[in-house]
This record gives sequence, C-alpha cells and structure tokens, in this order.
Amino acid sequence: MSAAEEVVGEGHQAVEAVPKRAMTLGMGTSLVVLAALLIAPVFVKNFIIFQMTMLLIYGLAVLALNILTGGSGQFSLGQSAFYAVGAYTSAVLMEYFNVNYALTIPISATVCFGFGYLFGKPALRLSGVYLALATFALATAMPQLLKLNFLEHWTGGVQGLVVTKPDAPFGLPMSQDMWLYYFTLAVTLAIYIFSVNLLRSRSGRAFMAIRDNEIAASSMGVNVSLYKTLAFGVSAGITGVAGSLGAIAVQFVAPDSYTITLAISLFLGMVVGGVGWLPGSFVGAAFIIFVPNMAESISKGLSGAVFGVLLFLVIYLVPHGARQIAILGQQFVGKLRKN
Amino acid sequence: MTAVRFQVAALWTALALCTAISNPALAQKKYDSGASDTEIRIGNIMPYSGPASAYAAIGKAEEAYFNKVNAEGGVNGRKIRFISYDDAYSPPKSVEQARKLVESDGVLLIFGSLGTSTNGAIRKYMNEKKVPQLFVASGASKWNDPKQYPWTMGWQPSYASEARIYAKYIMKEKPGGKVGVLYQNDDFGKDYLKGLKDGLGAKASMIVLQEAYDTSEPAIDEHVVKLKASGADVFISITTPKFAAQAIKKAAEINWHPVHIVSNVSASVGGVIEPAGLEISQGVLSASYLKDGSDPQWNADDGMKRFYNFLAQYDPKANKLDAGVVFGYAAAQTMVKVLQMCGDDLTRENVMKQAASLKDFETDTLLPGIKINTAPDHFAPIEQLQMMRFKGRKWELFGDIISSEIGH
Repeated sequence: MSAAEEVVGEGHQAVEAVPKRAMTLGMGTSLVVLAALLIAPVFVKNFIIFQMTMLLIYGLAVLALNILTGGSGQFSLGQSAFYAVGAYTSAVLMEYFNVNYALTIPISATVCFGFGYLFGKPALRLSGVYLALATFALATAMPQLLKLNFLEHWTGGVQGLVVTKPDAPFGLPMSQDMWLYYFTLAVTLAIYIFSVNLLRSRSGRAFMAIRDNEIAASSMGVNVSLYKTLAFGVSAGITGVAGSLGAIAVQFVAPDSYTITLAISLFLGMVVGGVGWLPGSFVGAAFIIFVPNMAESISKGLSGAVFGVLLFLVIYLVPHGARQIAILGQQFVGKLRKN
Repeated sequence: MTAVRFQVAALWTALALCTAISNPALAQKKYDSGASDTEIRIGNIMPYSGPASAYAAIGKAEEAYFNKVNAEGGVNGRKIRFISYDDAYSPPKSVEQARKLVESDGVLLIFGSLGTSTNGAIRKYMNEKKVPQLFVASGASKWNDPKQYPWTMGWQPSYASEARIYAKYIMKEKPGGKVGVLYQNDDFGKDYLKGLKDGLGAKASMIVLQEAYDTSEPAIDEHVVKLKASGADVFISITTPKFAAQAIKKAAEINWHPVHIVSNVSASVGGVIEPAGLEISQGVLSASYLKDGSDPQWNADDGMKRFYNFLAQYDPKANKLDAGVVFGYAAAQTMVKVLQMCGDDLTRENVMKQAASLKDFETDTLLPGIKINTAPDHFAPIEQLQMMRFKGRKWELFGDIISSEIGH
C-alpha cells in the first residue's frame, strides 16, 4: 500500500505519523469553509438549508467510515446498520420517553459505540473482503430485524415512527430548519475536531500502524485486537450520531430507510472524497446527495446509468477523489505565490 | 408643488379605478403557489429506480395522461406541469424530494406518490405545510384519517376495505362456514386481518384458525396443512404472489378443496395462477376494482376504447397488460376531475375541499359501477370491488359491485 511507502519515504517525520496537511485542511481554508457554512443559511431557502443539513449528516457518516477504513484499514459495508440503530434510538427515546432531542444524541453515540465494539469482536477474525462480507450481512439483516414482531411495539414495524422536529430554543427567531442546521453544524464540528485529534493521537497512530502492517504493529507493542475493535466502536458511535441527526432532520424512521443501499452510498462517498482524508468526507457526502439528482435531471429513465457514468469519470480522472483535487489546488496556489 | 400634488392625486384616482374594475375578476380567480392563469404545477414522487421500480409504470402513465389533457387544451385553459421525481423507494429521499417539490418547485399539490413508508415519511410535513397529498398510491388504510391528517387522501381500496368485502361475501354465501386465514406477518397482512374481523363483526368467531407466516420462510406448506386440519371450509389467503401460488399448490396436493379466496395483490394470472397450475386454480376467488387490460371482454367497452386510443397516441411504449398503466390512467383522471371542479379557485384549501366532494365519479378504467365518492369526513375514494372467479384461463367477474362499508 502506498501509505506504507509514504511513511518510509518520510522517515524523518516519524514524530508525526501523518503530516497534518495530509489529513486536514490548512488553518486558513478551514476558517473560510467554516465561515461559509455559518453564513450561508441566512441567504438561502429552507429547502436548501435542509439539504445542507443532510450534507453534514451524511458527511459525518462518511467521516465515521473514513476513520475505520482510512484510519485502521478495516472495511465495512454495514454502516447503514449503525446508522439505523442511532436513528431508532433517538426516535424511540423522543417519541416514547419524551427525552430532549439533544440528549438522545450522546445516548445514541454510546449505544452505537457498544454495538460497534461488540460487532468488532467477532469481526477481528476476519479481514479484507471477508470482513466486508460480514458487515454486508449486518446491513442486509438490519431492516428485517427492525420489523421483528417483538420489537414492533417500539419500532412501529414497517410503518416506521414519526419524529417531532424541534423548535429553536430560547425563542430564537429562526426556522426549525435553520436551528437544526446550526445544531448539526455544532455537533459536526465537535466530532470533526475530535476525529482529527483522535487520528493524530497515540490511538490514531496505532490505527494506522495496524492499517499499514498488522504484524509490525503488534511487534511494536500495539494491542491489535483492542485497537481494531476500538476503531469499530468509534466509527459506529459517530455513525450513530449521524443516524440520530438524520432521524430528527427527516422526521421519520422506517426500516426501508436503512437498507444496504445506504451503506453502499456511504462507501461511495468515502471513495469519492478520498480515503483517509477527513474533509473529503463532506465532499463525498455532497456527491451522494447531489449527483443522483443531477443524473435524474439528465435522464429519468436512465438515472442509474448516468450516475454510473459520472461515478466512473470521477474514479478514472481523479482516483484519489477530492483529496487529489485539493492537493492540485494547493500546488497551484503555491506556484502563484512563488511567482 | 401643486403640479406634483395633482399628479399624485391623479395617480391615486387611477389606481382606485383600476382596483374597482379588476376587483370582481380577482374575486373569482384565486391562486396558491403552483397555480396561475396558464399553468398548474403538480408534484409526484415515484420509485423510478430501486427495488420497487416496476411501479414506475404508474408515474409514466400519469404523465402521458396529463400530456393528453394538455394537448386537448388543458384544465380550464391551464396546462398541467407534472413534475415527477425519483425517490428509489427510500423514505429519506422521499422527504427530500417532497421538500424540493413544495419549497423549490412550488407545486400546488403532490399527487399519487407511491408507497406506504415513503408516503408515511412525508405525511407530517405535508400536513404541517398544508399542501395537499392527494391520491396516495398505497393500500394502507391509514390514509383515510381526515381528522388528524386533513391534507392527505388515499385513492385505491385499502386492504381493509377489500377484506371487508370478502367478509360480506362469506356471510352471504357461506353463513355457517369455518374460516381459516393465512396472513403475511406485516402491515399488509395485519391491515387485512383487521378488516376481515371488522367485516365479520359479531360473527368473527367464524374464524377457526389464523396462521401467520413470515416472508423469510422458504415455504408455507406446514401452515396450509394446519389450516386443513382445523376443519376450515373457507380459506382466505392474505398472501403476496409467491406464497399465494404455494398455497394453491399445497391445498391441491393435500386434497383440500375449500372456498379459496386470494387477495387482490396476488390475483395476477401470470405471476400466481400459471405458476401454481391452471387446472388446480379453477374456482379460486378474488376481488377487483380495475378493468384488466388483457381481458378481451373489454374490447367493446367505451372506457377501455378510450384507454387503448390514449395508449396508442400518447404512450405507445406502455404495456397494456401492466395493471400499473390502468391504475395510473384512472388516478390521473380523478386528479383532472378534481382540478376541473376547482374552477378558478386554485387554492390548496379549495383543492382539498373539492377532492373531498367527489360524487359518483366514474373513470374509464375502473370496473363498471365502481364509483368514486368522498366526503369531508371520508377520505377513501374507492371502496367498492367486485368478486371474481378464476375460470378457464382468466378471471370472470360475478355478482354485484360490493361496497365495503359496514352495514350496507
């Protein structure tokens, strides 16, 4: 894997396992993006705000997968299952127990962390395509599990559950959509900063050591099984938060919402955004939200085929996804500065 | 200064005159977002891709029908713009598309969106926004709830309505019968079972055994054997196509010949009866509300002639054997009828008001005698079906049109 070569090639930088820039945006760019995200809702319609909220939510879910795959090198096609658990946790708590929506998010995160950690245990014995298949099974099973009879009292079965959308607190003069957007933005920001720091911490270095060479990692004293399951847990926890936010934004949960298609979309988002590059998660999310709409406007009957062609172009032209474009842009700016 | 004052005064007078003249006209024409003198924008959400994409035929037929209406001059001179989006049968996508239709495209209403959970996902939003969600293409009975959801209305007979019709039939034809029910363990099956029990009312004890099966079961033989052992002589099979065929086969195998009723969803000749075997399927009962595009008995029927002409002219690629095409045509016809009734008052409120006051409306592709009726407290447009019996190679309708209302 190329990442291994990079580490060898940049041996003198051994203190910082991953150069900061390889994983995040520069300080200036980050601030510009953040400012844009903060100001944009003031100027656009509620519908666009809703789409931006969904972008952040899917971005979080892709980010979670990015930590798992880009960080610890484990594949997962089962993210939709964690997303569903998060969504249902929030929906059930809000609708049956009248728990405040904001409180349901840490609860979802904890539940999903536990779920992911436990799933990571047996998954330890699997790697590569076999792990992908095991998680695939999880994703296909989840919608059916949600329809189970003895759970139906809580999950609403096939009919799903309707979730009440929260109003802005303290009588703030903003629409529900706008409030939810800022709320999501705050959560996303917190998780993003947490993720960046996680990957740059000791645990993050352990993840990446495992990704690059498991045997070498264990011989250096990294507890491979612990860190692998931990990566699963963290990834599931973040996906769960995304699921919770998704349930609140969409105001509805049903088994049909969390099929394998969602898991594959998230996987796609990660590849398009650039594996291992965290800001790319949000570019990937934009791809999975907007490109199907674009494809549909080109041809309704062949929307799937058009989407396929667009995806093929992306992979062919920029195989490293948005990360590649960002690096090219950076080089270009660098050249301009020199001149 | 005086000149200015004079000008201002003149302007005011002119303005006052204008308002005075145009007021009566304004009073007649009222528009909400999506309607104007020249256009009515109608939104729609269909699974053009994904697991349920076979139903997309409905959306295409509806679009073709609106094209026909436009070619013939539109509704009261206004052209219909039918904006139909794909949700791939995924509820979160339905929400996104519904919001796009309402907030970005500014449609007057959303018509004929397909699916139970997809429509369930947008129902609350539509009612909060007070945008009509008309003629939902789903058989769940929950769309008839005008008190809680005054902006949502179904169209086709609900599963519960159909089941009530079977109950009526049984009580009339086999009052001393013992009923065995096999039902799918999901919302479809349960909706049905409830309708059956409501329909039987005090005689619900006629049901000697109700057996549930899960779609994950590979075969349902065991349930059929149990039902036979219970001594039932009426077998109601609330099943989806694959299982309906299995049940017909198994009953013949164990030499059980009850009065066998299969649900309308599984009344397909190609999908259920032929795979099960034509011979053993003779005499199986079901009910229907649409004319069958493949049935030659309708060749001379005026409504179906219009339907076939429409297909030839506006949708030549559509498969007339596909029940979805027949369905879409009839639903679009109902929609156009409501818009005609609205006249020049194209507000969302009036659309709902008119949709809730359809009286004995008949469309070209509904069975003769089936009439669409709605009222402000009754949001279930079609509630009648006709019993049919499988004979030879096709279904034969028999008996009167039966209404599913209890006590009629």
